[in-house]
Parts: sequence; structure tokens; C-alpha cells
Amino acid sequence: MSIVVSNLQKSFAGTRVLDDVSFDVKSGELVGVLGPSGGGKSTILRIIAGLDTADGGEVWLDGKRVDNLHARDREVGFVFQHYALFRHMTVSDNVGFGLDVRDEPRDKRDARVAHLLDLMGLAGLGDRYPSQLSGGQRQRVALARALAPEPKLLLLDEPFGAVDAKVREELRRWLRKLHDEVHTTSIFVTHDQDEAFSVSDRVIVMQKGRIEQIGTPVQILDHPSTEFVTRFVGDVNVLEGTVKNGHAEVGPLTGPLIDAIPDGPARIVVRSYDLKFWREDPGSATVKRMVPLGDRVRVDALTDQGSPLFAYFPRRSSLLDGIETGCRIHVEITLARAWPA
Amino acid sequence: MRSSSRRVPDRYAAGPLVAVLGYVACLILVPLAALVYVVAAHLSEVVTALLSGPALHAMGLTLAVAALCVVCNGVFGVAGALVLVRQRFLLRRLVDALVELPLALSPVMTGLGFLLLFGRTGPLGPLLDAIGLRVAFAVPGVVVATLFVTLPFTLREVALVLEEIGDSEEQAAATLGASPWQTFWRVTLPNIKNGLVAGTVLTLARALGEFGAVLVVGGAIGNRTETATTFIHAAVESRAEPAAYGMALLLGAAAIAALGALQWTEKKR
Repeated sequence: MSIVVSNLQKSFAGTRVLDDVSFDVKSGELVGVLGPSGGGKSTILRIIAGLDTADGGEVWLDGKRVDNLHARDREVGFVFQHYALFRHMTVSDNVGFGLDVRDEPRDKRDARVAHLLDLMGLAGLGDRYPSQLSGGQRQRVALARALAPEPKLLLLDEPFGAVDAKVREELRRWLRKLHDEVHTTSIFVTHDQDEAFSVSDRVIVMQKGRIEQIGTPVQILDHPSTEFVTRFVGDVNVLEGTVKNGHAEVGPLTGPLIDAIPDGPARIVVRSYDLKFWREDPGSATVKRMVPLGDRVRVDALTDQGSPLFAYFPRRSSLLDGIETGCRIHVEITLARAWPA
Repeated sequence: MRSSSRRVPDRYAAGPLVAVLGYVACLILVPLAALVYVVAAHLSEVVTALLSGPALHAMGLTLAVAALCVVCNGVFGVAGALVLVRQRFLLRRLVDALVELPLALSPVMTGLGFLLLFGRTGPLGPLLDAIGLRVAFAVPGVVVATLFVTLPFTLREVALVLEEIGDSEEQAAATLGASPWQTFWRVTLPNIKNGLVAGTVLTLARALGEFGAVLVVGGAIGNRTETATTFIHAAVESRAEPAAYGMALLLGAAAIAALGALQWTEKKR
């Protein structure tokens, strides 16, 4: 199902949550809506599903305007942030609900439920109640329930927000795999950039009810179009500096700019992986702390001008040779972005 | 050190525990025991008195009115709670406060209000006369008075549960294609079952025990509008003690049974 959303406006009690939001999603696409909490992301999904009404703007599903269509007639599957499973029904009855309300023949219904439970890795749990399941299992029941009536569009509101990190990682990979098999057009909302980038075909970055950028994960990572996106996406160092002849200058440090801006004072934004450190005396900075993080090491340093910097390096990498807490280093900025101060 | 510091709270707790138990015993158990004792001592007279025509009529009327209240205020309570909790409308807060009014109003005052409204000289008098319906000093008056005093219970209990569970399951049902009726029967009703049971028990207990309003509106006419409570009142007035004590014990037993049923269903959850 293709989706066109145009000029959506929405306010709650005088606070604007959506400000002129427009985008479209092609049939079969998996799109992530990424942004800080409270940025209006969930409201978009709720309006597309018909659970909320917009103050202005239009929603078109498959070329048909649906603003006056009730939620139950939109054929949109919705996975709620806190699952909203029917607590008094078994897992099977939860999953079968969307089929039961349209009087699907019993044998077809049972077959579909069994198939979905199998697909979701929930086989054997059909007779349990939601309260007897783990967070990850509940999440998959919610997904199975939403998929059962074969919706043409699947909307997921912070789908993995309430499960722990390990399970989240697993569910992400699994959602992508599911999408590649089922091809249901899907939009999901998240405040977690890893989640958005690892699962989506395209990402919509939002802030304060406005769309900041729409693009593929690579486009957004490599060519952020606003300062907000630059700072929100990836771990960044933000430094006060100047731009001169297409180069960023921060004290004695200089680095090439990916997108040139006019000369003058600027905020220089450097990704944590666009920095190189090596041991050098006298050098230009001091290593303050080294934090091992599994496969990576985070190195915190302080420049002689007093700016804190951090960078990640692969553990046991030659880039880390000789670097230790308290040593003097030289810093090289390999790539920077700048925004006029 | 450890064991002595652990014993301190126990010693503290003993005082309040004795006080609470003593209070409960004095106010609830002792009168109940006295009633049981008196009835047991005069059992044959009590049974004879309770099998008399007026006594049986009073019991029948009380049970019928209570059943009617449970059904009417059960349906109204569920519908009213859904409207008050799930919908936003003008004056919602006012209506919300209004439905609790019967809890605060003196039943005698309520009864008087109904009497003024439905009496011969009241604003509804001519209309009722025209269709040949008597409300004041008749069974319909007893019904209306009891409906009024029992109105808030189911509504309140169901509204509390509705607030607590939120509306996300209902929204999920809608996105899955359920109609409002399907959502109500399959999702909402099973979720509010406990509130409904609690409200029903409270409604029943209150309907069985209501006195002031049914006395004023119904007039406690023997064999016609006399209910169990007004029967007791009349029996005490005419010094027919066995009848009074017997009926009182029956009412007490019914109330205890209702509360027991409530505890049992709560424990089962």
C-alpha cells in the first residue's frame, strides 16, 4: 500500500505536535521515523491509522483519501508501544481476534493463527495468557496479531522500546527479515538511531513536529541536511571554531569540510569516527580516560584549548598503539561539518 | 542486636492490632452475636413470625426491588461509566459529580424530594393520574427510591476499572476491524468484569438495606409497600420482637453472603 501524507497539522491543548508534515511511502517500503521523544512521531502513526484526527492536512492510502474513514475500515495493522494485548485472552485468541471479528471460518482462522505463531517463534505458547509471557514474546504476539488480518500497511509505535537491549537487537534483525519475506508496507517509530538505520529502507528524521530530513540511512549519515540531524545522528563532538577557505579550524586543529560554508565563526561538528589520535609529545591534547566497550574503546581527550573530545577505535587496533591514559597526543580531524555560529 | 531490632516493630504492632480487633468486635461482631443469640433462643416464634403473610410479602418485595436495581443500575452503570470515562463532553465534570450525589444525600431527604415530585399535588401528579400510575405510597415509589440510592455503585466501580485499564485495548480492537459492539462484548466487558461484580454486590447490599427513602416514598404499607427494613421498623414499633429480630438476622445474613461472594471473586482473580 502506498501512503501519501500531506501538510499534517496537529495540536494538543495548544501545543503544536505536528507542523506541516508531508512525506510519502512507496508500496512495500519499510520506513523508520526517527527523532527525540515527544517529537510528534507517534501522532503521525495514530493519524494514519485513524486513532487520532489531524487538525489539518490529508492522508491518502493507495490513492484514496482516508481522513473520514474509521480506524476499523482502514485495513491498517498497528503495533502499540506497550503491546495493548487483550489481557483476558490467550495468545491464540489475541492473534485470532482480527479474524474472529470478521467471522473467518474456524479452520482457516486456526490455520492462520498456527502459521503466524510458528513464524513468530511462538509455537507452543498459544494457550498462555499475555501476563505469562516475557517482553519479547509479548512484542511478537502483538506483531502476529496485527499481521493476522493481512493488513496492507503495518504501523509500529516504538516497537522495541520496552524490551531489554539484547532482545531488542534480535527483534530488529527479525523484523527486517520478516519484512523481506512478507513485504507489507511498514512504518515504524523509534528514538533509537541504530534501530532506524539497521531496519529501514528510508528514514524520516523529525524534531519538534517538523521533518528535518528524509533519506536512506547512508544519505542521512553522510549528508545530514540540517545541524539538528548532524548532531542527532551518530556520536558527535561539537566544537567552537572558524571556517577558512573551506577548512574547519579549531585552535591548532584543522580538518576538511564535507560541505563548504562561507568563512567565519562556526560550530564545527566532528563524528567520533572522523578523528584520529596518535601519541606525540608535545602534541595538542591529553588523553583523560579510556573506556573499553566490548569491540570498541572510547578515548576521551582534552585539547590544550580546553575542548573535550572523544573518539571510538576498534579494540586492539593499531590506531590505539601507545595511547594510554595521561599521555600526550596529536589530533587529526579527517572530516568535519560546519554550521555558521 | 539484629533480632532485638526486629522485635521492636512487632511490639509496636500489638497495640494497634488489639485496638482494631476490639473496635471491630464491639461494633460488628457483638451486635451480630446478640442478634443470633436472641433468634436462637426464640427460634420457633421467629420462624412463625417470618412465615406470616406481611413478612413474606416484605421479603418478596425487597428481593424483587433489589434484583431490579441490580439489573437497571448494572446496565446504566456500565453505559454511564463508559460515557463518563471514555468520552469528552461539555459539563462532563458536573455529571461526574452528580452521579455520586446519592452517596452523600440523606435518603430521607431524597425520599421527601420524590414525594414532592410524584405526590398528588406535585408537578408530575396530574400526568401520573392521567395514565393511572401511582408512584407515591405504591410499589413504583419504592422502586424509584431504591434505584436512586443505588445508582452510583456499579458506575463508580466500573469507572475505576476503566480508568485503570485505559483504552489501548479498545483501540487495538478497532485497528483489527472490530465494530463498537464487538469491541464492547469481546474486549471491554471481560476487562471490567471485576468492577461489575463488585458494583453488583454493593448495589444489592444497599438495595436490601435501604430504609429512609423507601419509608418516605413507599409509606411502609403492610402487604403493599412494606420492605424488609420497614417491616423491622413496624415490628419494633408494635413490640413484635421475634419478627423484628428474625428479619434483621435475615438481612444481615444476606449482606454477609453478598460480601463473601465479592471476596471470593476477588480472590479468584
